[in-house]
Amino acid sequence: MTILAKPKIAYPQLPRNALGLTRRDYEGVNSTLCAGCGHDSITAAIVEACWADAVLPQNVVKLSGIGCSSKTTAYFVGGGHGFNSVHGRMPSIATGANAANRDLLYIGVSGDGDTLSIGLGQFCHAIRRNLNMVYVIENNGVYGLTKGQFSASADVGSTAKKGEVNNQPPIDPVQLAITLGVSFVARSFSGDKAQLVPLLRSAMHHQGFSLIDVISPCVTFNDHEGSTRSYAYTREHYEEVVHADFVPPAREIAVDYAPGEALAVSMHDGSRVLLRKVEAQYDATDRAVALETIQQRLKQGEYLTGLLYIGSDQPELHALNATPDIPLNQIPYAQLNPGSQALAKTLAKFR
Amino acid sequence: MPGAKAQDRVNDFVIKVATVNGTGSASANGLLMKAIFRSGVPVVGKNYFPSNIQGLPTWYEIRVTRDAHRARAGHCDIMVALNFETYARDLADVASGGYFIYDSTWPRPALLMRDDVTVYGVPLAQLCNEHFAGVRTRILMKNICYAGVLAALCNLDIEIIRSLLAETYSKKQKLLDANMQAIQLGYDYARQHIACPLPLHVQKLQLTNGHVIIDGNTAAALGCVYAGATVGAWYPITPSTSLMDAYKGFCESLRVDRGTGRKNYIMIQAEDELASIGMVLGAAWNGARAFTATSGPGLSLMQEFLGLAYYAEVPAVIFDIQRVGPSTGMPTRTQQADLQSAAYASHGDTRQVCLYPADPGECFDFAVKAFDLAERLQTPVLVLSDLDIGMNDWMCPDFNWDEAYQPDRGKLLDLEQVKKLERFWRYYDHDNDGIPQRTLPGMHPKAAYFARGSGHSQYGAYTEDSKEYQVVIDRLRKKWLTAARLVPKSILLRSEIKTEIGIVSLGSGDAAVREARLRLMAQGIHTDYLRVRAFPFSDDVEPFLQSHRINFVVEQNRDAQLRSLLIMETGVEKSRLRSILHYNGMPIPASYVYDGVAAVITPERPAAQLVG
Repeated sequence: MTILAKPKIAYPQLPRNALGLTRRDYEGVNSTLCAGCGHDSITAAIVEACWADAVLPQNVVKLSGIGCSSKTTAYFVGGGHGFNSVHGRMPSIATGANAANRDLLYIGVSGDGDTLSIGLGQFCHAIRRNLNMVYVIENNGVYGLTKGQFSASADVGSTAKKGEVNNQPPIDPVQLAITLGVSFVARSFSGDKAQLVPLLRSAMHHQGFSLIDVISPCVTFNDHEGSTRSYAYTREHYEEVVHADFVPPAREIAVDYAPGEALAVSMHDGSRVLLRKVEAQYDATDRAVALETIQQRLKQGEYLTGLLYIGSDQPELHALNATPDIPLNQIPYAQLNPGSQALAKTLAKFR
Repeated sequence: MPGAKAQDRVNDFVIKVATVNGTGSASANGLLMKAIFRSGVPVVGKNYFPSNIQGLPTWYEIRVTRDAHRARAGHCDIMVALNFETYARDLADVASGGYFIYDSTWPRPALLMRDDVTVYGVPLAQLCNEHFAGVRTRILMKNICYAGVLAALCNLDIEIIRSLLAETYSKKQKLLDANMQAIQLGYDYARQHIACPLPLHVQKLQLTNGHVIIDGNTAAALGCVYAGATVGAWYPITPSTSLMDAYKGFCESLRVDRGTGRKNYIMIQAEDELASIGMVLGAAWNGARAFTATSGPGLSLMQEFLGLAYYAEVPAVIFDIQRVGPSTGMPTRTQQADLQSAAYASHGDTRQVCLYPADPGECFDFAVKAFDLAERLQTPVLVLSDLDIGMNDWMCPDFNWDEAYQPDRGKLLDLEQVKKLERFWRYYDHDNDGIPQRTLPGMHPKAAYFARGSGHSQYGAYTEDSKEYQVVIDRLRKKWLTAARLVPKSILLRSEIKTEIGIVSLGSGDAAVREARLRLMAQGIHTDYLRVRAFPFSDDVEPFLQSHRINFVVEQNRDAQLRSLLIMETGVEKSRLRSILHYNGMPIPASYVYDGVAAVITPERPAAQLVG
């Protein structure tokens, strides 16, 4: 099947960002996912976040593995390069790409199968390296393209469309990431754009690995009664503990909060993430508190959402490797080539 | 040669040292190698070591060769036996007329009985125990001490040894003194108790000027530095690890900005080979020269990504330092058994460009060539070295570097070129050579494309349309034909006398074939020799095969993988290709090739009568 590009018609009244671009300029090709798929809402949120942030489209690098979620990187920021890799291996492509050019914005989109089953190892190791990227899991608890098998994130007791009951415990990417030392982790819901867009913008400015686990119902295979990833179930059971507002560099924090209600976390580029506590005792800068609270609530059947943990001072891949500020792929060859005199000197050690 | 007259054996004999691994014998062996090399006498070093940290038998073989042969000799003239566990087989290994030297601190006269071998006992442990303190020091010095014994037996210049040690321990006077003392202990003992030198000894020549002693992994790593590679990702695996270690070492001295301390390279130790090749692809797709080094099991794990790289047309350089398979096999033994799994790596209609270096010098050259080809062809290039080339010490002519060299980035468009385009079509054959144009992330919105392993049209869009799919897959075939024109040509050595006998080999088989040809010629058997250096085969391969009535295909695997590739990729009849296969894990010696040919061909029974 051939996918036609949407005609780009620039209505004069469309709002424009600092680069003079409209939201349409951040779209990609038409989605081929099912009508009502949660993934399309996430795509829309990414478009919104990139537009609002006035990112140069060519500076966006879109990475994915295999699965419904991984198709979506074609649906946003058509002006950026994309790499749809093999199943479960997007993190390694992202690692190499980031190693070569540290200046671009790397947005990876993956699913619960791609990340938590076939790709669990690479996911964990990208976190360990604190790779500077936004990693979005479009989490629906089910394999869509192969028609409805449970994924590793399916809850115990949840049922498949044909009634089969899952009895294996789920892998929760958020808890896993926190224990692995992730520097930014959030959970959200595809149906909550007001929460998701500022989370994405915060993640885009975070220097290091930012994981956003987005519950994203599969309308075709996992939106029935008995599923714990349906729209209805998610709406009923998700609870925001920390709301993150993104404050771009050089902008004043406009709203006043009562003391103790909000905490501003500074990012390396001068922007800030304003954490508005919905629950007074939750501390998103304390790994142990975050983990304990998430686990307690899961026991009660509640998904905590919002920016669940942020540690802004962990060194990312390039800081850990002392690479130069200039991207490695832009160092002139003359600077990389030691020359024939150095070769003669080197060879002298082998006599 | 065993049994030859003593006077014929000056600068032509083999020393083998049998020890236990983890005892530090490597430095003594290296010292002996270099002492012979600095005497101007060509030398070959082969290390036969276990897949183990400490305590298992290990052998180091030094071939002194005035004729500058480069293959394993396949026999042993002087055995230095320091491992009691292997005394029996080590004694059996000595050629008739040879010598057996062992540590007589614990005498074993009853065990060591062979009429045709001279046995000398040297109380190495006793000498060292009397002069050194501490268990570890005594063990280390015992090894240096045997180097002293050999220096006396083989007429090595003690001053050369002294200066070598002085270079190694330039900042550690105490160690230098201890080492020199141990050398002198062995040297003096041998001079006092044995008639030195033996008939098998070294006399200074002038044949090593302009040469280095180096292993292939070190050379390949140096090539990566000169090629401008900035991203190295790998998962440790024997026998490839030393390539990455060497790259790190060279980068630390040649690639760190003196002012800022920043590193103009990055090395990422991956979680496995699936990740290491993924990292290489990500980095190369994004415009860095990126590479990995691995061996058989790692190559197996990389298959899926190699298919993606072939189809999505992503450059990558992979060094496969082949070891003995199948499966884990024998990790510290050599083979050429990945030829087929590399050539057609991954499912579907894939074929991969492979280069076959024959020695460290070619490892250096081909490393640079591999990056150029990978970018020119936008495809992975696999450099198929092996443990013998990669980890053994080879005497090679100095590497050359052309100051005018510029990396070939192929059809990588720059920003100005992109701006001039109306639209950019990633997989379109503009030049009718099968190679499309390429852009990098971050350039311009017009340059953007989607790299994918799923079906795509020549315009870069996703497709499930039969025709659109086929246009791209057929163009890839055309690109393959272009690749055959760009890869290094074969090396052809013609007999001075016209012959119907051809020998075909590749990689580390070269040394044995060259030496065997000389011996065959001396018996009146003349051969032409073609060394294949790349896959796809360059256009000189098929005419060579067709112009010889019989072609001996010499390779180091059981299943005749090169022969199979030749049958599949050329029009030659099977009956013209006869295999000489060596796959026991040891480097192939010249005698094996000689015997393989001589068993079939004699001056009285030429090739013409054999085939038909």
